[in-house]
Amino acid sequence: MAELLEVRDLRIHFPTEDGLVRAVDGLSFGLGGGRTLGIVGESGSGKSVTSLGILGLHEGTSARISGEIWLDGEDLVRAAPERIRDLRGNKVAMIFQDPLSSLHPYYSVGDQVIEAYRIHNRVGKKAARAHAIEMLDRVGIPQAAARADDYPHQFSGGMRQRVMIAMALSCDPKLLIADEPTTALDVTVQAQILDLIADLAAEFGSAVIIITHDLGVVAELADDVLVMYAGKAVEYGTAEDVFTHPAHPYTWGLLGSMPRLDRERGERLIPIKGTPPSLINVPPGCSFRPRCRYADLTGGRSAAEVPTLRETGPGHLSACHLAAIQRRRIWAEEISPRLEGAGQAPQAHAGEGII
Amino acid sequence: MITFIVRRLIVTVFLLLVVSLITFAIFFLVPRLAGQTSYELASQYVGRNPSPAAVHAIEAKLGFDQPLIVQYGRFVRGIVMGAHYDAGPNKTYCPPPCFGYSFRNQQPVWPMLMSNVPVTASLAFGAAVLWLVAGTAIGVLSALRRGTVFDRAAMGVALAGVSLPIFFTGLIALQLFSYRWPVFPDLRFVPLTENPLAWARNLVLPWTTLAFLYAALYARLTRAGMLETMGEDYIRTARAKGVPERKVIVKHGLRAALTPIITIFGMDLGLLLGGAVLTEFTFSLHGLGLFTILAIGNNDLPEILGVVMLTAFFVVIANLIVDVLYAVVDPRVRY
Repeated sequence: MAELLEVRDLRIHFPTEDGLVRAVDGLSFGLGGGRTLGIVGESGSGKSVTSLGILGLHEGTSARISGEIWLDGEDLVRAAPERIRDLRGNKVAMIFQDPLSSLHPYYSVGDQVIEAYRIHNRVGKKAARAHAIEMLDRVGIPQAAARADDYPHQFSGGMRQRVMIAMALSCDPKLLIADEPTTALDVTVQAQILDLIADLAAEFGSAVIIITHDLGVVAELADDVLVMYAGKAVEYGTAEDVFTHPAHPYTWGLLGSMPRLDRERGERLIPIKGTPPSLINVPPGCSFRPRCRYADLTGGRSAAEVPTLRETGPGHLSACHLAAIQRRRIWAEEISPRLEGAGQAPQAHAGEGII
Repeated sequence: MITFIVRRLIVTVFLLLVVSLITFAIFFLVPRLAGQTSYELASQYVGRNPSPAAVHAIEAKLGFDQPLIVQYGRFVRGIVMGAHYDAGPNKTYCPPPCFGYSFRNQQPVWPMLMSNVPVTASLAFGAAVLWLVAGTAIGVLSALRRGTVFDRAAMGVALAGVSLPIFFTGLIALQLFSYRWPVFPDLRFVPLTENPLAWARNLVLPWTTLAFLYAALYARLTRAGMLETMGEDYIRTARAKGVPERKVIVKHGLRAALTPIITIFGMDLGLLLGGAVLTEFTFSLHGLGLFTILAIGNNDLPEILGVVMLTAFFVVIANLIVDVLYAVVDPRVRY
């Protein structure tokens, strides 16, 4: 499969006074054109740092980046900053978490979309404005022509995120990165925004990376899933594989700690014990070991050796020292029965469940 | 917007009335509370060693024997309608706006004030342009190169600029560029309308000296503001759109960082228009600042009252302009 995006052994480290923060540490994954990848993980697992790295937005900071990011045959890690700037907003676009703080308060939304379009397209102001209004209309802003002159503070949260989407898609990007696009929104509009991203991405033929800590979002949108922990990929596969037979204890933990509408009321969620490790002092061996209930079954390997991504099924990778047979048994006998209704993708709790 | 301006102008009138009341109270009430009689007050308005009869005449003509509220009424009335002062044998009419009559200089206060305004305004506006441009430019560069040699040097100089008084920097400037190397010899004020070139040439040193102080302040303010705005999410968005860095800095960063600077700028400029006391004194510029010092030295109460009122007026108007500008700059502000 000719991949649109191919990340190989990406490392993004930040030197700080307290030590080297290994925000992303040896991450590899691929994404085919037009497909949707969900990157899941707790805060501080390196999801956002990765996406900013793909956009080259660590330029000018203290970040040390190594590895390769191939986008459409170009290595973005080695490309000139000017070339990456040219790609940003054009071939790769991004939607951020909080649409209020992400939009400039002093410029009208129309002007902000126009700016995004005109940077990469040699068109006059009138044509750009017409295009901006068309984009605002397509993302579902009523009376787009009139509202283009309004300022971000005059829009609701959901409408602002629609503006961000219009801006991101204005140059018809091949890759759209959405970094927690619904986290700052009302629950009631989350589903609308997700649907909008999915519909427009399909319409524009864009590949999508959706970054979230919400498995429901992933279940609704993603073709593929990448689970990250402490700057590394711990599980990678199709959404189908990852949700029906997850092969990493951390993924089991994530699934167990998610509220579900099809479970009994009052039933307790099962949190993952402990907290994510400091990215300055990542535990030796498997970084998930201190929180893993099954670490003892590896015969000490998890304390000594960093697990690498290995196939547990066709196209389904997992970084765990437990033998594939062991994991299949634990999943089938211990985890799966506890997650009532398992065997099917979890329901998007922002989605059909509410509306 | 228009209603806002009209409303603000009306408020301004009341504000000036309050200012005048307070000033009036300070200059007229406080001495009385301290035990001065109206006779002693009146004696300040006549020459040295006056005859008691002359003092009594002044006391009556200035109305010092009247209740304070009547005196205040006369003062305000004078501003609007003009006033008649009959000092000694010559009767004097003080046309509106009459801010009192300086008996020491034998002149109404208002024309004296006005004759000093061009000097102070030339000084203040010229310096303001200099410090605004230099201050923000240095501030932006410092913020973008935080921690570099440039940043440290600029902030060091800025610290010096804030701490060194004008009568020090001004004298050094005079010593170096007017006497030792007479680049700007023979400094005296030439009206702009008379000879623009000489006007500018003779003001270069005062402008630079005054601007040095303010530019230092503004550089520090701009630097802090830029450091804050450049960390905002919308800056990241602009970069993610592929906006060239120069445009990110000016159009997205500086635009937002300038708002608080505009506020301070309005107040600073308004205050300076009321007289740049130290600069005018150091460079012997006969503007409102020097006028104030002389008025205080001469204990000339009508003159002091006039200067205070004029300064208050400038500050209030400057603030009004700032508020209007705010709405232009920041679309979230609506009146």
